[in-house]
Amino acid sequence: MASSTNSAHEAATGVFPPFDPSTFGSQLLWLALTFAALYILMSKVALPRIGEILEVRRDRIEGDLAEAERLKQKTDQAIKSYEAELADAKQKAHNIAEETRDSIRADLEKKRAKVEADLAKKMAAAENDIRETKEAAMGHVEEIASDTALAIVTNIVGRTAQKATKDAVAKVVKG
Amino acid sequence: MANDPIKQFKITDIFTIGGAGEGETGGFEIAFTNSALFMVITVVSISAFLILSTRGRGLVPGRLQLLSEMLYEFVANMVRSSAGTEGMKFFPFVFSLFMFVLVANLFGMVPYFFTVTSHIIVTFALAMLVISVVIIYGFMRNGLGFLKLFVPAGVPGYVLPIVIPIEIVSFLSRPISLSVRLFANMLAGHITLKVFAGFIVSLSSLGAVGVLGATLPFAMTVALTALEFLVSALQAYVFAVLTSMYLNDAIHPSH
Repeated sequence: MASSTNSAHEAATGVFPPFDPSTFGSQLLWLALTFAALYILMSKVALPRIGEILEVRRDRIEGDLAEAERLKQKTDQAIKSYEAELADAKQKAHNIAEETRDSIRADLEKKRAKVEADLAKKMAAAENDIRETKEAAMGHVEEIASDTALAIVTNIVGRTAQKATKDAVAKVVKG
Repeated sequence: MANDPIKQFKITDIFTIGGAGEGETGGFEIAFTNSALFMVITVVSISAFLILSTRGRGLVPGRLQLLSEMLYEFVANMVRSSAGTEGMKFFPFVFSLFMFVLVANLFGMVPYFFTVTSHIIVTFALAMLVISVVIIYGFMRNGLGFLKLFVPAGVPGYVLPIVIPIEIVSFLSRPISLSVRLFANMLAGHITLKVFAGFIVSLSSLGAVGVLGATLPFAMTVALTALEFLVSALQAYVFAVLTSMYLNDAIHPSH
């Protein structure tokens, strides 16, 4: 190669290559060009693209998570409404049983009350009869007694003192 | 001398543009050197990889796309954690720096390849670019408030005459430390590798005993190669992290 450059020349004379100023210009120039190219490619093409990929993925994941959360809430709601329904049904069944039991008990109670009232009435009537009979009997006692007394007196005395007998009997009875 | 550990850093022209001949034209002679070639290879590799691997825009990434996404998120998290959300406007810049340094370092690990970042002028130019961005954006955003960078908050007034010069010196030394750190790491690593690899050759030329003895530098070379791969990635990371932190200073000067 015909390019007998300064750097080759000076390296031969013992200058430590990294400190050889004759190469600085070229290195700086190419560094500027290549680094500028890299910066432009990175900032305009590569990094926005990777950033977009990551963003899309994050959005997607967040969306999926939100969807999962939504579905979970829906499930929870369904479970809750199912449980409410179940509790309701249980309550209803319980109510029906209770009502039936109550109505049967009420019916029973009514019938028993009726029967008892009936019995009481009958008993009262019977007692009434007994009392009336007794009263009637008691009413007759005086008469019978006076009659008996009169008969006894007539038999014994031979004459009748109706009025006096009656009075005496009445006196006894009353006494 | 084939074993010269310095030769790998030599810059040679591949072809030249302009300048009809040596020392003749008044115009510029632009040399396309091995350094320039590897800069181009670096940039083309990065761009091709990132652009081609994401071509499918897969919702579920393939392996290559996943690698691109991991690089993106790695640098994005780095910038966000050190420079905040506002620092994300510099994300393409930091990403380009990180990828450029990383890939240039890693290409340097391939035998016979030129290491772009082993030249102080390249790392210094990158560091100056960072500091220029920091200074220009710092003044654009904060005006003279950017100078508060040199006045740490909560420092009593009578200490300020001492603290402010220290802060200024530390700020001015940033591009130097940033560039020398990367340059020296790459340079020293490659020289060490070359020296140990050279021992293998010179020892094994001494016969059977020499070959036996050469196993030691050989093991050393293997270990150093692994270390150098680590250093390559680590220095790219350090460069990018420091860049993010300096950019943070430009955004929030009063720390």
